[in-house]
Amino acid sequence: MSLPNPATPVKLVLLGEAAVGKSSLVLRFVSNDFQENKEPTIGAAFLTQKCTIGDRTIKYEIWDTAGQERFASLAPMYYRNAQAALVVYDITKPASFIKARHWVKELHEQASKDITIALVGNKYDLVESDEGGEEEDSLRKVSIEEGKSLAAEENLLFFETSAKTSYNVNDVFIGIGSKIPSASSTEAANQQSHVSEGRVDLSGGVNNRGQDACPC
Amino acid sequence: MDEEYDVIVLGTGLTECVLSGLLSVEGKKVLHIDRQNFYGGESASLNLSQLYSKFKPSSQKPDNLGGRDRDWCVDLIPKFLMSNGELTNILVHTNVTRYIEFKQIAGSYVYRSGRIAKVPSNEIEAIKSSLMGIFEKRRMKRFLEFIAKYNDDEASTHQGLNLDSNTMNEVYNHFGLETGTKDFIGHAMALWSNDDYLNEVARPTYERIMLYVQSVAKYGKSPYIYPLYGLGELPQGFARLSAIYGGTYMLDTPIDEVLYSEDGSKFAGVKTKEGTARAPIVIADPTYFPEKVKKTGQRVIRAMCIMDHPVANTNELDSLQLIIPQNQIGRKSDIYIAVLSDQHMVVPKGYYLAIVSTIIETDSPHVELEPAFKLLGTRLDTLMGIAELYEPVDDGTADGIYLSKSYDPTSHFESTTDDIKDIYFRVMGKPLVLKKRADGEEEEEALNGLE
Ligand SMILES: Nc1nc2c(ncn2[C@@H]2O[C@H](COP(=O)(O)OP(=O)(O)OP(=O)(O)O)[C@@H](O)[C@H]2O)c(=O)[nH]1
Ligand SMILES: [Mg+2]
Repeated sequence: MSLPNPATPVKLVLLGEAAVGKSSLVLRFVSNDFQENKEPTIGAAFLTQKCTIGDRTIKYEIWDTAGQERFASLAPMYYRNAQAALVVYDITKPASFIKARHWVKELHEQASKDITIALVGNKYDLVESDEGGEEEDSLRKVSIEEGKSLAAEENLLFFETSAKTSYNVNDVFIGIGSKIPSASSTEAANQQSHVSEGRVDLSGGVNNRGQDACPC
Repeated sequence: MDEEYDVIVLGTGLTECVLSGLLSVEGKKVLHIDRQNFYGGESASLNLSQLYSKFKPSSQKPDNLGGRDRDWCVDLIPKFLMSNGELTNILVHTNVTRYIEFKQIAGSYVYRSGRIAKVPSNEIEAIKSSLMGIFEKRRMKRFLEFIAKYNDDEASTHQGLNLDSNTMNEVYNHFGLETGTKDFIGHAMALWSNDDYLNEVARPTYERIMLYVQSVAKYGKSPYIYPLYGLGELPQGFARLSAIYGGTYMLDTPIDEVLYSEDGSKFAGVKTKEGTARAPIVIADPTYFPEKVKKTGQRVIRAMCIMDHPVANTNELDSLQLIIPQNQIGRKSDIYIAVLSDQHMVVPKGYYLAIVSTIIETDSPHVELEPAFKLLGTRLDTLMGIAELYEPVDDGTADGIYLSKSYDPTSHFESTTDDIKDIYFRVMGKPLVLKKRADGEEEEEALNGLE
């Protein structure tokens, strides 16, 4: 009788201009749901979702910006020990793509150096119908090539997605999961294990992992 | 942005951030502004270049110090959390614990008669302690048993003493304790920073000793816990709580003008580079309304000492608190030393940080810290700062301007949480009642259940 592999916790942060669909992507991934006129998420900006890739299970701890990025006021805590990041833009909003470049730069400065970053052009559904049609009246304002070349330059994963139709959404998280170095070798994980001794669990009793696995 | 809010908060120090978080959870629409480009105000933890530009602007940071800039998180205000204290309580109830990891402080030490020793926290440790002679140990044991067993409703546990009418000195004397023992109970356990408490009723001291003893009992090594990456994580964690509940954050935003009601009697809003924000209430640290605060008369000196070795005679501990009671060195107030290392991720591997602080009593404050420096041994560098302490002139109910107090020199956050609860009461008109916030799993369920 072998116990299932414990899930590897991975902190994933979301970055991107307001209204590009960050929270919607998370909602689609975590709950397979979409809301048309979504209010900014209140009270739920920390979500977890497990994702199995091959024989590895990753438990994403997803940090949504919760509006702190509106005036560029994210705390260093937000980036701390993040192993993955989604930099999201809206393919119908060129300004959001410029902002995405800024966030990639910020991540290189603030986050640990082996962080896995995915560049995500969202709202693909808005251009889907006119793909291959006339360029002029398309809602698309950021071409797939522009996205790809930024990703290549900065060594990022790249996806175009739709939180609305769920196009490519799971692929983003699976793609990141497969690229994340195995837990023991990352900078963040090293820092974590070196200080794990003497940690205290303030909420009390939650960390009794051993009991879950008890066969009796 | 020209918007209406319920509350504007100025300064991202711990007091302001906790209030911001609590008020946002209560459904208030909060705008939180800081003129500086980092979180934490006076309760920030600084990286090496921030630290040197603040304390030694003329000199370059020494290049013999290792690690990356951000491997250094040096607290401006040295404090620890009591494991069983009120800030811990607030952290747990708001679930801010999920953003911050805590570790124990490995030991609690006190200076007595020229040397330092571990503070005994229970009867068994008292018996083993090198701080006392054999007879004194027994007296100390009986005293601690009295404290542990004391029950208001059972007169048999009172030993003829009344905590609300007897002074603490009378209680000590009932057990025949020596002055040196009183010193470490009053200063290293009850954490009083001077001897005024001796002639006051015993109850507050009893409560402080209980807090100490219960805090040690919680995790074992010392009564203290400390966040990885420094105290600056605390305001950030509460700011995040606020943001999750709809709070808006603007750093690097000086206040161009404070707006008042037409008759000039009440706060109405602020003007910044982003536009006008209106609210009937402002909560701010003393620096935002200098004309509405007064000096408490106390000034604090703090010295950040960078070292490459642990403190001698402390079993090479990675972290500790060391208290030098005033009596022991002929002072009126205690000297506190907080020692931290890479175990709390506040310095690179191999380094130690000792922050020494006390209330200034003379015209040459840095000399007052000498007894502490002697105990620390060689220092690679020392950065010193002096802070004047302020408190608000009015309670804020008349003009809607609610101001926090400066962070005092006590070694923990109990007085800070008193201030937080007091401001909360004045702003909300009801006492703070901590309700457990839904945890992650429940949040997910709530989200799944959204129509
Ligand atoms: N058509 C379409 N609309 C989307 C998509 N994703 C999100 N939206 C809509 O875009 C709006 C903003 O989505 P959010 O998920 O709140 O965006 P956000 O990036 O979290 O925004 P902030 O939290 O304000 O920074 C909402 O009205 C969503 O319904 C998508 O893939 N396609
Ligand atoms: Mg959002």
